[in-house]
Amino acid sequence: MALLTIEGLTTGYGEMEVLRDVSLRVEEGEIVSIIGPNGAGKSTAMKAAFGLLEPWQGSIRLGERTISGLSADKIVRLGMCYVPQTDNVFPSLTVEENLEMGAFILTGPIKERKERVFALFPRLAERRKQRAGKMSGGERQMVAMGRALMLDPKLLLLDEPSAGLAPLLVDMIFERIRDINASGVSVLMVEQNAKKSLELAHHAFVLVNGENRIDGAGQALLADPEVGRLFLGG
Amino acid sequence: MSDVALIKSLLLTIPLAFLVFRALPAGLALAARLPLALALGWTVALGVTLLVPTGVMSYLASFAIVGSIYAVIALGLNVQWGYTGLFNIGIAAFFAVGAFTSALFTTTAPTGVAAGFTQQAFGLGAPFLVGVLAAGVVAGVLAAVVGGPTLRLRDDYLAIATIGIAELVRLVFQNERWLANGPQPLRGIPQPLVCLVREAGCPWLPAPIMGLFAPLSPRDYTYVYLVITALFVIVTFMVLERAVRSPWGRLLRAVREEEDAAAMNGKDVARIKLQAFVVGAVIMGMGGALYAHYMVAIDYSHFDPLYATFLIWVMLMLGGSGNNRGAILGAFVIWGVWTGAAFAVDALRPALAAISPELPARGPYLRLLLIALLLIFILLFRPKGLIGEERFVSRHSGSREA
Amino acid sequence: MDAMTPPLTTRRRPGERLKGLLGSRWALLTVLALVVAGLWLMASLQGIPGQRVLSLMVRGVMLGGILALGAIGLSLIFGVLRIPNFAHGDMMTSGAYLALLALSFIPLGAPLGPFSFGYEFLVALVIAMPLVGLLGYALDRLVFRRLRNQKSPPVIMAMAALGSAFLIRSLIYVFWGADFVFYYTGRPRPAFELFAGIRVRPDQLFILGLALAMIILVYLLLERTKMGKAMRATADNPELARVTGIDTESVIRWTWLIGGGLAGAGGVMYGLDAQLRPEMGWWLLLPLFAAVILGTIGNAYGALVGALVIGIVWQVSTAFLNPAYGPGVAFMVLILVLLFRPQGIFGKPGGA
Ligand SMILES: Nc1ncnc2c1ncn2[C@@H]1O[C@H](COP(=O)(O)OP(=O)(O)OP(=O)(O)O)[C@@H](O)[C@H]1O
Ligand SMILES: [Mg+2]
Repeated sequence: MALLTIEGLTTGYGEMEVLRDVSLRVEEGEIVSIIGPNGAGKSTAMKAAFGLLEPWQGSIRLGERTISGLSADKIVRLGMCYVPQTDNVFPSLTVEENLEMGAFILTGPIKERKERVFALFPRLAERRKQRAGKMSGGERQMVAMGRALMLDPKLLLLDEPSAGLAPLLVDMIFERIRDINASGVSVLMVEQNAKKSLELAHHAFVLVNGENRIDGAGQALLADPEVGRLFLGG
Repeated sequence: MSDVALIKSLLLTIPLAFLVFRALPAGLALAARLPLALALGWTVALGVTLLVPTGVMSYLASFAIVGSIYAVIALGLNVQWGYTGLFNIGIAAFFAVGAFTSALFTTTAPTGVAAGFTQQAFGLGAPFLVGVLAAGVVAGVLAAVVGGPTLRLRDDYLAIATIGIAELVRLVFQNERWLANGPQPLRGIPQPLVCLVREAGCPWLPAPIMGLFAPLSPRDYTYVYLVITALFVIVTFMVLERAVRSPWGRLLRAVREEEDAAAMNGKDVARIKLQAFVVGAVIMGMGGALYAHYMVAIDYSHFDPLYATFLIWVMLMLGGSGNNRGAILGAFVIWGVWTGAAFAVDALRPALAAISPELPARGPYLRLLLIALLLIFILLFRPKGLIGEERFVSRHSGSREA
Repeated sequence: MDAMTPPLTTRRRPGERLKGLLGSRWALLTVLALVVAGLWLMASLQGIPGQRVLSLMVRGVMLGGILALGAIGLSLIFGVLRIPNFAHGDMMTSGAYLALLALSFIPLGAPLGPFSFGYEFLVALVIAMPLVGLLGYALDRLVFRRLRNQKSPPVIMAMAALGSAFLIRSLIYVFWGADFVFYYTGRPRPAFELFAGIRVRPDQLFILGLALAMIILVYLLLERTKMGKAMRATADNPELARVTGIDTESVIRWTWLIGGGLAGAGGVMYGLDAQLRPEMGWWLLLPLFAAVILGTIGNAYGALVGALVIGIVWQVSTAFLNPAYGPGVAFMVLILVLLFRPQGIFGKPGGA
């Protein structure tokens, strides 16, 4: 059974329609990638999946449960966590406090969870007392992902985790995403970096102008001539 | 029928005919609409003057004068808030500056012994209209000074800065004796066209025309001033109706609806905001001038944030922001509620006295309580006000109430 | 490439990072030093003795403490709810009057040591604080939460805050009248010499001490408790706080309770220092906002610094300016900040 199912979703901002009849699926254990040109509506699809936009039409289900209309803190409890594309850390909080906020809904001790995140991103352990606002873009991305992992989600939504990073860091981030996935977390991510994300993804969707264009296994799309023409500069 | 009643009814015809004219279907040809409006307006005016007792009538006239002054200021606020979305909570500043400017321009500075009692920076003895114009200019300059640094910033900074300027203006007029007689009232502000009702008459009017006004006595000046304020409301209204339908008006609304503002560059947005802010302030300043010439004597305490800012906000919010008719309607309704509540509190005196002996004296504050509650209720349950916004462009429909 | 993403990562040397940090501190210190030096210069030009200026500075620190009690809550509410709470000054007023009300029920005790008040005043303070917190909470439940649920635009909420300000004030007028009152009439309040000719009243030292104690409590709350951290997080970025799963409604609740309680304490202190008037809080509103913006909106510590600066500048300016212009001086500081550093001392450039 699919973990996340979006069917026939139409939505937008105010009166402006951004997504038209979009369908997406994430199976348990998969990394699924959404690629598409700027302004295609990738972030919008992500926000809708996380319940931040009301669907005008269509449905969004996590497992069996319809989640459209649920508030974010409820969705988080259901095991789906989200890292927005921009402004995704609390700048005046320290790294450690950022992680603690990720576990806000938990009441028990969270030391062990913090240590797990630090093990994944050793860099953060070194800087645990530093304010997130004073960190580099790559470090911030780690803080943001670490915060989303604090709840041990079943599904992690990542909006352009590698945007604006130096090539070495991009590789590192993709490496970590693979690790996270290997530990049993499904991942739905939006990526500009089409080639790298297709290599990593089990399945991928191409979104153009707010509509589904192509979808298939990551490797298959890498070989797809249209995808090549659109995104891979070939 | 007495001559006095006839003249009063003729004077009242001016505002009433305008109301009737607006109420008649726009499809009617002007040749039919105008005479019809005049005739109907005059009929109503005559009826009212003949049927309503003189005392009540002159009370109503002075009620309408203050209502009109508030209407002018609410129209100014509507340019800023209703059309452009600028949150000015320092209306009192522009109101007060307008009033004192016109007073200083039109009075003559006292000399000799009187100078010891009344101090003022200058007194030009200029005509009423010059005073009103100066009031608008000075208020507009003040708005430019405040708006310049703050309109580029986030919305709430303007609100905070306008509170500041209102406090500063109040402090200055309270403490600076040399400027406009400090804490004491500045007196002797001339009443325009008061010669019409005086025995001596107006020297510049031909005798036959002056003769028409002969039956009026100084008591009847209220009607003359009502015509003046009504004309101000009418002219302001008509100018603004044109302005908001012009391309400039479209720009104002585009600035307010931020999604469109994204298409403009930041500099343009700041410029348009400044224009709207200044235009609104000019109107408020002229409203202040009208107030000064009606009161004859003014001091800083007239421009308390309660009367000079808060009440006007409630007026606009009740009438319907983004709608000039709403601004006028709101001004009269809230002014009616405010004065009506005074009667109600008076009537309740015995009951209040039974609760606590101090309560009757605090009746006026019950009115404030009522108005504050009213504003909150409007915001919660009817944010678009009585009439709601006039829609020129269907694109924006619904986006404000959503 | 997306314009919003942070610039390319380049490894920054630790020295540079330190410099960035010091830069903001130094900027702040320079501003403070310049303002104080300027005031001192103006005072000495007018032949005002340095001792008097020093005394005024000490008074300014005390006034700054009072302002800080209001400004911290105002800044938190501004940050967490994105509402400029125009009712904050009147919430302070309500604290002062609620303490007066409480005093009328408590038997009067002998003055405590050198102070002008007895134990009953401390009891009244402890009663008034939570009541103002509850008042803030009630406003939120009855007005602001509904507006939030209706997705009203922020200016409508600001206007509702303005309406609430007049609502609170009208209630104070109705219950207590428009005249000014004192907590204690006819008690001598002699000033004594602190050192170097600086004269203060014992009450003022008490006010300063109490303000300090509360500020330390707020610090502990914000730094050590989960709710405090969540408040800072929500003030940083309410949208992110929501998607992180923070229960923003309960954060908002606590923000009103704490901000209101602090405002109540500030009002009582202000009333003790001077007298109680229904307009006292409204007149403080401008200095409060000046402090909040100076110290960067949403930053509680910034509000403290801003309040101290405003308090000192206000008091020292009375040496050569009509004291009535105190709020006007605060306004001038505000305009300067808006012109040159609208994001405040602790803000990042561009992100006001
Ligand atoms: N908050 C918003 N309000 C109104 N319109 C928005 C908003 N966010 C995005 N849009 C519009 O929706 C469309 C899709 O935006 P979206 O952010 O989903 O694109 P994207 O595919 O993520 O692009 P990018 O690769 O640049 O991140 C764009 O036209 C954008 O202008
Ligand atoms: Mg995007």
